[in-house]
Amino acid sequence: MLRRAVLGNGLKVLVQEEHTAPLASVWCWYKVGSKDERAGQTGVSHWVEHMNFKGTTNIPRDQVKGIIEQFGGSWNGYTWIDQTTYLETATKDALDRMLFIESERMANCLYDPDDCESERSVIISELHGGENDPDQFLDQELVATAFKAHPYRHPTIGWLSDLQTMTRDDLYGYYRRYYIPNNATLVIVGDVNADDALRRAEQHFGKIPAGETPPRQQTVEPEQTGERRVTIRRPGTTGYLKVAYHAPGVTNSGFDALLLLDAVLSGAYGMNLWSSFRTPAPQRSARLYRRLVQQGLASAVNGSLLPTEQPFVYIISVTATDGTPLAAVESALLEELNAVAAQGITPAELAKAKAQLKARLVFDNDSVTNIAHQLGYFETVASVDVFRDLMPRLAAVTLDQVAESARSVFSASNRTVGWFDPLPIA
Amino acid sequence: MSPGLAPARSVLPNGLVLLAKRTRATPSVTINVAIRAGSVCDPVDATGAIHLLSKVIDRGTTTRSADNIAEALDSRGISLSVTASRHLLSLICTCLADDFVDVIALLADIIQRPILPPAEVATRKGEVITSLRQDEDNPGVRSTEALMELLYPAPHPYGRRSKGTIAIVEELNRHELAALHAARFAPCETSVVVVGDVDPDEAKSAVALVFGGWSARNPPSVPVSSPPVPARRRRLVIPMMNKAQADIAYGFTTLTRSDPAYYACWLMNHAFGQYSMSGRLGDSIRERQGMAYYVYSALDANVMEGPLSIHAGVSEANIDQAVASIDEEVDKLVTNGLTQKELDDSRRFLIFAMPRALETNAGIANYLQTAEFFGLGLDFDVRIPELLNAVTLDEANAVAKKFLSVDRATIVIAGPYDQ
Repeated sequence: MLRRAVLGNGLKVLVQEEHTAPLASVWCWYKVGSKDERAGQTGVSHWVEHMNFKGTTNIPRDQVKGIIEQFGGSWNGYTWIDQTTYLETATKDALDRMLFIESERMANCLYDPDDCESERSVIISELHGGENDPDQFLDQELVATAFKAHPYRHPTIGWLSDLQTMTRDDLYGYYRRYYIPNNATLVIVGDVNADDALRRAEQHFGKIPAGETPPRQQTVEPEQTGERRVTIRRPGTTGYLKVAYHAPGVTNSGFDALLLLDAVLSGAYGMNLWSSFRTPAPQRSARLYRRLVQQGLASAVNGSLLPTEQPFVYIISVTATDGTPLAAVESALLEELNAVAAQGITPAELAKAKAQLKARLVFDNDSVTNIAHQLGYFETVASVDVFRDLMPRLAAVTLDQVAESARSVFSASNRTVGWFDPLPIA
Repeated sequence: MSPGLAPARSVLPNGLVLLAKRTRATPSVTINVAIRAGSVCDPVDATGAIHLLSKVIDRGTTTRSADNIAEALDSRGISLSVTASRHLLSLICTCLADDFVDVIALLADIIQRPILPPAEVATRKGEVITSLRQDEDNPGVRSTEALMELLYPAPHPYGRRSKGTIAIVEELNRHELAALHAARFAPCETSVVVVGDVDPDEAKSAVALVFGGWSARNPPSVPVSSPPVPARRRRLVIPMMNKAQADIAYGFTTLTRSDPAYYACWLMNHAFGQYSMSGRLGDSIRERQGMAYYVYSALDANVMEGPLSIHAGVSEANIDQAVASIDEEVDKLVTNGLTQKELDDSRRFLIFAMPRALETNAGIANYLQTAEFFGLGLDFDVRIPELLNAVTLDEANAVAKKFLSVDRATIVIAGPYDQ
């Protein structure tokens, strides 16, 4: 059973007992991501995340290493467009330690100037590593083209020039603005007693003062009025095609229908950003797989619709087989999308998509870490109730709703097409 | 002492091994089937044949078409992963517990009666060739493959690209794959692991029903020799001037999984390149010098002497400094050894991390399959603390001294660098 509380300083706390293994997972979520960044400071959310592993007032830099490992624990964090999060999963006797680490991270990070400089080059290395992958590079360019006003357009890692010029004060100012209890959700899942866990959360976080409500970005992406294209011609060996359509946010009623439509087109991944994409989607009977992969035009096709706070994009990614022109792949892909927009899907396809998602949502929640992720993720981008109601909502989606989703989303004027068209390597 | 996982192990009359473990965390079951038919079984002139077989084996049987199989999997939300490692060809999936009986029957059919349709072989060949072309443009893959080729020179199978080459894959045909299947797949070479919300007796009945009638000749073993120990330092540069940064792969051959010194080597490697943020290597190259987003070391002790390899992604300007820093850390480790604290920290972590590693059905299944392959015993999870606690600092430092040496390091740099 999920227990919820809000501390006096505004910190939301979610606790769920899971007694399947002697483990506990603690996640602390902040409602800040790359969409909250202003021009000149792109990448600051992610860089701040890195800095928040580098020591606090009460966890000196040289004591960070091993602080959770001594309990056999793992720790990590990630930043995306709507959120930044940190986690520890360890044996249950480390619960106090995990809560201490997260309370320190919220209130007392150091931002030593030398550490900021050292991390600048680490992050630029991360950016370059991403650029080494043409698929990832195309994804970044595609999203930047699909949005012209909304800050979802810039990559979470940031633009290189901003990473080269941001200062320690930029980082620290951002940290202080957003890392406050009334902008966070603490999630505890595992072999714990819920009352005890809530008491401990109060002990560790209760004295951290609330802050001023952080500013929120106001821009609404204007409706796209015509197809956009981006073509990257760089030395490479393989052609990649990506097509993006503006898509509803997770609280919009059209999201569920599009999620089922994605399952029909390319197989259901599930909904867990932390774990789902580690297992390929069941897709051999999916429409795009049969048309593109089974016909030899592509070696891979994947759809990506992720739960986001505001309308983001649904992206279909295709890897062309060696020697297949991207134009042929694009033509076949668009033919399939036009067909589904015109005719909708069959009852058998809808039933299969629902069965796939039902199974994947079970698989998505197979560990305390994954359960805790889902609770915190949804509470941060929407509400944990959106997650808890997901199955009945998906079960209630009708054929007409999926057909309407296909019609409204897959229009040419809502489309951005990206090519990575490889040039011969010298 | 905790009873640990205590899986139920049984052997069918035809030699097939079943390991079953009941868990109740979710209403799902992970099935992990491994056949000792990995890429070491590739014919010398057909490298990549096992890899291609793994891509096409589940595309039709004598009683089910590829479409039928696709429908059977997709309608249950199942993604079947078929992969080939050096020694094993594995079929792994997770299904809802209610689907277990149907799914194990499907896997048994795929393993025993694949028909390898020519059209499917042709399509999968196209995918493999595309994948090989992607690898050609990937500095991480290029550096690692070149390192393995140098550490394990031909004809050693560990040095071969398991996917083969484009020229070889283009020539492979259905008959070669079918012959390979007939020669290498047999019940005595197969172990089935079932973990999840299914009673072990029911699992055994279901497995016996669908695998019990399988008979095949015992395949001859594949001889694999020990790799040569490099006599000198080697350095290979693979210029990839279209890339934003370089990948460094730096390594040594070490020991077999059955070597009594394995546990000392495991701990040594963990402290060196894994503990917390990548051990000593991470402290130096990422944390102190800010040169790389990732740097780590990996130990892959196997049937034969596997590699210990160090990997880092660095900008062109930092390549020489990164290699020098790795040299420095290797030299310090060999000369001065680990501290008692470093050894104890890694030991404690590995012991206390067991519940996490064994939390999910997939994690347990993978662990049991590994334990079965290396003959570690049904109580291996219970014995791990004792095995790790027995390692002394002298033993950990001795394996570092024995296997690591700046003067015998093999180094590959792939990226925007041509010096």
